[in-house]
Amino acid sequence: MKYSILVMASPTAGQGSATAVSFARSLLARGHTLHNVFFQGDAVGNGLANAIFPQDERNLVGEWAALAEQHKIELILCISSALRRGVLDKVEAHRYERAASTLHPAFTIGGLGQLVDASANSDRLITFGH
Amino acid sequence: MTPQSVLFVLRHSPYGSDMAKSAIDAALAFAAFEQPLNLLFLGDGVLQLMPGQDGKVIGRKTIYKQLLSLPMYDVERIYVDRLAAQRHRIDLAAFPASVERVSEGEAHALMCDHRHVLGF
Repeated sequence: MKYSILVMASPTAGQGSATAVSFARSLLARGHTLHNVFFQGDAVGNGLANAIFPQDERNLVGEWAALAEQHKIELILCISSALRRGVLDKVEAHRYERAASTLHPAFTIGGLGQLVDASANSDRLITFGH
Repeated sequence: MTPQSVLFVLRHSPYGSDMAKSAIDAALAFAAFEQPLNLLFLGDGVLQLMPGQDGKVIGRKTIYKQLLSLPMYDVERIYVDRLAAQRHRIDLAAFPASVERVSEGEAHALMCDHRHVLGF
C-alpha cells in the first residue's frame, strides 16, 4: 500500500513526531511504500540542521534523515511554516538576506500543493498531530 | 459526497495554537488544485465557529472570517459536533453557510466514508 504522512507536531513537545518516524519505519519494514512526508506548523522543527539532542534522547532529525537516505523518501517542509520559524534553505536564506541556511540537507522546502499531491497519490494519508 | 473527497477534522480552538490556521491554509491549497473536501468540527474545534470573535485584538487574523470564505472555494459540506456546539453555546444559525449537526456516531461514519482524513 502507498502511504503519505502529514506531521503537525513539534519534535520537542509530545510524542507526535517520534511516533510518526517510528510509523514510517514500520510501514517500510512491512513492504509498503512511502510517497512523501509533509511537515506543517511546529513540525518543521524536525528539519532543523543545528538541533542538538542529548546522547540519551532520540535524535528525530537524524532518524528522519537516515530514513530518507535509505529509502529515498521526500521530506517536505511547508514553506510558510518554515520561514516563520527560521528554517531556511540556501535559496530562502539568500532571498531574505540571512547569514546561513538552517535546513538539514535531507529535507526540502515546498508548498502545500505537495500535501495535495500526497493526498491524490496515496492510498493512505496519516496525520500525526498534537 | 464524492468517493475521492477528503475530510478535514478540526479539533482545536481558534487561537490556542496555529492548528486552525494550518487547516485553513491546507484547505485553500486543496481548493487551488480542485480537490473536493469536507470539514468536520469536533470538540473544542467548534469554537472556531463562534460568531463575533475578533482576532485583531490579539494580533491574529480572525479565524471565523477566514472560514466564511471557504464555501466559495471547494469546501462542499461543513459538519459540526452537535453536543460540543451545545456545550459551548455556539449559535450555528449565525453562520452564513449551511452546516450539518452530527452525533458522535455520524462523525465516526464520516471518517469511515472519506478517502482521507486529515486531523488539525
